[in-house]
Amino acid sequence: MSSSTLPSRAPGGSKLVLRMGALGYLGLILLGPVGLVFYRTFEHGLAAAWNSVTTPDAQHAFWLTVELVAISVPLNTIFGIAAATAIVRHRFPGRRLFDSLLDLPFAVSPVVVGLAIVLVYGRKGWFGTWLADHGIQVIFSVPGMVLATIFVSLPFVVREVIPVLREIGTEQEEAATTLGASPFTTFRRITLPAIRWGVVYGVVLTTARALGEFGAVSVVSGHVAGQTETLTLHVQDRFEAFDLTGAYAASVVLALLAIATLASMTLLRRRGAPA
Amino acid sequence: MDGGLSGFWQAVSGPEARSALELTFLISLIVVAINALAGTLIAWVLVRDRFRGMGTVNAVIDLPFALPTIVAGLTLLALYGPRSPVRIDVSYARVGVAMALLFVTLPFVVRAVQPVLMELDRDMEDAAVSLGASGRQVFARIVLPNILPAILSGIALAFARAIGEFGSVVLISGNLPFKTEVASVFIFGRIESDNVTAAAAVSVVLLVASLLMLAAIGAAARWGGRHEL
Amino acid sequence: MSIEVTAVRKTFGDFVAVDGVTFAVRDGSLTALLGPSGSGKSTLLRLIAGLEAPDAGRVVIGGADRTDTPARNRDVGFVFQHYAPFKHMTVRDNVGFGLRIRKVPRDRIRARVAELLELVHLEGYADRYPSQLSGGQRQRMALARALAVEPRVLLLDEPFGALDATVRKELRAWLRRLHDEVHVTTIFVTHDQEEAMEVAEQIVVMNEGRIEQIGTPRDVYERPASEFVMGFVGPVTRVGDAAVRPHDLDVRTTPAAGAVEAMIERVVHLGFEVRLELVTGDGLPISAQITRQAAEELELRNGQIVYVRPNRLLRAVA
Repeated sequence: MSSSTLPSRAPGGSKLVLRMGALGYLGLILLGPVGLVFYRTFEHGLAAAWNSVTTPDAQHAFWLTVELVAISVPLNTIFGIAAATAIVRHRFPGRRLFDSLLDLPFAVSPVVVGLAIVLVYGRKGWFGTWLADHGIQVIFSVPGMVLATIFVSLPFVVREVIPVLREIGTEQEEAATTLGASPFTTFRRITLPAIRWGVVYGVVLTTARALGEFGAVSVVSGHVAGQTETLTLHVQDRFEAFDLTGAYAASVVLALLAIATLASMTLLRRRGAPA
Repeated sequence: MDGGLSGFWQAVSGPEARSALELTFLISLIVVAINALAGTLIAWVLVRDRFRGMGTVNAVIDLPFALPTIVAGLTLLALYGPRSPVRIDVSYARVGVAMALLFVTLPFVVRAVQPVLMELDRDMEDAAVSLGASGRQVFARIVLPNILPAILSGIALAFARAIGEFGSVVLISGNLPFKTEVASVFIFGRIESDNVTAAAAVSVVLLVASLLMLAAIGAAARWGGRHEL
Repeated sequence: MSIEVTAVRKTFGDFVAVDGVTFAVRDGSLTALLGPSGSGKSTLLRLIAGLEAPDAGRVVIGGADRTDTPARNRDVGFVFQHYAPFKHMTVRDNVGFGLRIRKVPRDRIRARVAELLELVHLEGYADRYPSQLSGGQRQRMALARALAVEPRVLLLDEPFGALDATVRKELRAWLRRLHDEVHVTTIFVTHDQEEAMEVAEQIVVMNEGRIEQIGTPRDVYERPASEFVMGFVGPVTRVGDAAVRPHDLDVRTTPAAGAVEAMIERVVHLGFEVRLELVTGDGLPISAQITRQAAEELELRNGQIVYVRPNRLLRAVA
């Protein structure tokens, strides 16, 4: 009858102390700040908040963010599934290195990512002259921001799918093959449905990351309001222009999107999907 | 890279660069140590305790992962800056930077320790109790050695994140050189002023540190699995 | 140390695991708690150990009421079904754990550990880790660990359940011999009636949180107190209205007084014995077990008609 999810048998007093300590710390570090932003946004009334969020610059920033997400999430999903399959099901030289490298976006500073993109695709960069000759502008315009967003949100689908692939094992796929299914059919009808929860989690995490990216796109974008500002950059822009309501309002939009992300994660977890 | 190795060294050992790097590593170390303790405590409570709203608390832990860093920075400034409702003002100060990093690195150790704690064989703890161990002895001699690799893994990832953190720090710190300017902000500033060499040099230092942390995580995972039955 | 359990009750939410159980074991005895899964036997064992606290009732060990004493102070050795080894410690450190907790001086610990490793035949393995041991070796280590602190009582929770058949047989015999040497009051939990009968001096049969019968292996087998005990402790077959053990049936090829006519559906050769799967004219099944010699003499085949008579009836002795 012993199970690690049974409550601990610590004496009641010390359990309460531990619980209060943990919750207190969380309240101080996490909930206090976020609660305050909501308060500050609506401090001057609903109308003021709404106006700040619907200025042309704000709207452009919102749609640009959506565009970046709409490009990077599907690409990273396809890449993620392919990479996970390659790592788990196939052997190739450099496999382990590839696996470790996929963690890079987790560990590298966003400004370093931005710098790397500038160094490669900027005017003085490696591809700089070639791009200039062909009239392609990467830095200080949307393509550069797409690259940055793709890089920072790259690993999530892979990292969610790999353990699922490992756990389900090859038996079902082997059974399908012995019954005559082609590799593509096996993938479509057996593998994909089996990994779908991993993919869904990965997509949610990728989306959240892409929405929230700041440092890398900041370096790469050039901060031209109304043209190369995402919603996150817009927040900083409003802050520096002393338009606090505008900054808070945009933040609330982003915070709501973040909470929606958390809520979908929790709901998906409860749907009985093995996390 | 123009300037070659000597240019690199010059850029990195310039006073402002060095100060930024030192500040970054020092604050990150302290913050990660605090969150290692807090994270282990929170993981313990989430796994071994039971109370109403626990699911929500568990979901909330991921808030720093989901919230854009600039929003995190703004919220921290709102609470702990000049117009703070609780009359705490740590903006333009190192404590402000530390608060931002505490927020951003909170989930790492928690999420690293939680699954290991859940998988831990409770029979081992019962066995220790039947042999006469007190609660504290059970934790120190049985639980802790078995979750230590996970804690270290979480610390490595948190540290890598902390040294590179930008969005949440850039507002609250005020970016005062030699006082509150962290490495990432230094890099950003140098890019803006077109001093790419200096930016690249400091970036390389951060990158090397990040790669070392990644290697450490791999090593911790292997070390943790060495006695698996 | 004798153990007395009085009116002990334990529930988990809505589920009543142990429902008012009372029994006692003598000092130095070897007792089995036998029952199917969910019968409450493991919970009862953990209540005696102090790893669970009863909702009602008392637990008295060696004449002292230990109901409110926490497990760490009860001086009870416990061995788990999956051994619960401290996987981050060597065999030596595992076995010496209880002694280290009690702050026994280091050289005495070393001596005692060596003594115990010899007792359980793990002499050369002191510096190995549990991950390097087989299941049987891990269980022997767990026993040594429990015995190291000289407990007054030794409790084993399905100690051989996770091992394969040969190792299980070896360790059963070994446990019996160990008990002869060490004489600690021992209670072990099992769902295997063969194991209980082979090892224990006294069997406590449990079902659905209650005790069905307490007795020697022979008592429980030949004079079961209820239908449940009858069916759980050994095979049962029905001839007419009576319940019989299949090996207490006389099988002949000629009719006899009091014998039931039945057809052989299948002859199963079990090596040392032969089992006959029979069916009566009414379609009711009968299972008979006879010696190989008897089967050869009768030259039995499928489809043959035989006459079956019980030579010893089994009735639940309430």
